[in-house]
Amino acid sequence: MIDSWISQISALLTQYPLLLATVKSVLLAVVLLIYVAYIILADRKIWAAVQLRRGPNVVGPWGLLQSFADFFKFALKEPIIPDTANKGIFLFAPFLMATLSIAAWAVVPVADGWAVGDINVGILYIFALSSLGVYGVIMGGWASNSKYPFLSALRSAAQMVSYEVSIGFVIITVLLCAGSLNLSDIVRAQDTQYGMLGWYWLRLLPMFVIFFVSALAETNRPPFDLVEAESELVAGFMIEYSATPYVLFMLAEYVAIVTMCALLTILFFGGWLPPVNMAPFTWVPGVIWFTLKASFFFFFFAMVKAFVPRYRYDQLMRLGWKVFLPISLTMVVVVASVLQFGGEAFGK
Amino acid sequence: MAAVLFYIFATIMIGSACVVIFARNPVHSVLFLILAFCNGAGLFLLAGAEFLAMILIVVYVGAVAVLFLFVVMMLDVDFAELKQGFAKHLPLGLGVGVVVMVELGLIAIGWQSAPNASYAAASPMVANVSNTAALGQILYTKYAVFFEASAMVLLTAMIGAIVLTLHHRPNVKRQKISDQNARTRDNVIEIKKVPFRTGV
Repeated sequence: MIDSWISQISALLTQYPLLLATVKSVLLAVVLLIYVAYIILADRKIWAAVQLRRGPNVVGPWGLLQSFADFFKFALKEPIIPDTANKGIFLFAPFLMATLSIAAWAVVPVADGWAVGDINVGILYIFALSSLGVYGVIMGGWASNSKYPFLSALRSAAQMVSYEVSIGFVIITVLLCAGSLNLSDIVRAQDTQYGMLGWYWLRLLPMFVIFFVSALAETNRPPFDLVEAESELVAGFMIEYSATPYVLFMLAEYVAIVTMCALLTILFFGGWLPPVNMAPFTWVPGVIWFTLKASFFFFFFAMVKAFVPRYRYDQLMRLGWKVFLPISLTMVVVVASVLQFGGEAFGK
Repeated sequence: MAAVLFYIFATIMIGSACVVIFARNPVHSVLFLILAFCNGAGLFLLAGAEFLAMILIVVYVGAVAVLFLFVVMMLDVDFAELKQGFAKHLPLGLGVGVVVMVELGLIAIGWQSAPNASYAAASPMVANVSNTAALGQILYTKYAVFFEASAMVLLTAMIGAIVLTLHHRPNVKRQKISDQNARTRDNVIEIKKVPFRTGV
């Protein structure tokens, strides 16, 4: 009985590829959102542990249901729209931002062949969507029709556009080494006999560091959270938002962070590959390695939030334009020259 | 399927392009311009040019339009003042519009494709060569000179813009990061013993 159902469903899915893609996307989105709920909890727990507090520990065992409780609290509250706000754009901005950040996951290969859309220009797609993310901030800040949100939207756009430049150059160096824009191919290019030493984090170590720091800046995480610097701008561009629209902004922010962790994993940490190419490690499925690696990077995101003081705005701009940009630009030239003239030793 | 998608993208694109012109709020105009760009990227995707589609979004939507949106948001546009000279300048505007229209029409009528173009369009895409690789192959070999020349033009424009806006005013205190970083505890802090009830 159940066997015949399964075979019928699988026949139906193979017959309609669009339906199959929909089912895959919904599944991925649900898993991603649950993962994000626990990432938020982990963020708060790690932050609390550094400050010798307990963190959320009331809802559910060890506070495991805290994120869901928060979600229901926000969803059931009344959304307040300011009188002077531009209502359409005000409500559209969080929706746009949440959609864009989740849409980026359509091309992320969580294991070999496990991508909803394994497109040729996967890395460019993610880069394009993350560069669109700035519109959510600008639109939200402008439509609120208030000074604090507008100022922080100005800061944010300048910050995100600046760090996108160095992220772009870092991605170019990885692409040069991998010889492909496809995310799965980038991971496969790191599959060498050396295990985790063959991944790009070692070969492109300075780029790896620059990408990590730029990812912090791009996602407006501390120490680069000038967009919502609580002590100066109250709550930044989200100050006029409440209830569900606010939740969408928060969700978009955390999904963007998880996307950056996934991107770090794919570009520099060998995606779904096991750290050592030997028996006990190769038994573990790729998706588990991928999740572990992404969570590992998120741990560092959370630790940085806990113990690095916030940058001043001019320091942030200087770091982006006068430090990262020249280094990454030089590295693009160096990596390209080495690949062209260095022969087999450095080749693919 | 592709045809349906084409008409959806094309309709939204033309519609949003019209809204760009007719919207009263300039910020709405820019936002609809961005929507038009995104639909243009969708059309590129349908044509199989995925690299161009993504570059369109990254460059135009992600960078150029952001700056554009900023300028428009910061500008204090007075519409009443703008509309004042509307009737007076209408004939001139119409005249220019007609001239441009006629010129475009003449170009469209006299359009000639390169002799081999129809052959190239008819031949299918080579398998195993991705769009990006094919584009790079032709840009850096056959059209390398033109490509570099256009890059030089853009670089000149960028440097020109910087030079035009850069003013070195005298008597302005500037931050020197190297000096700030070179400060150590020893050359900044002086510790003095203050005798009780006498002061420094």
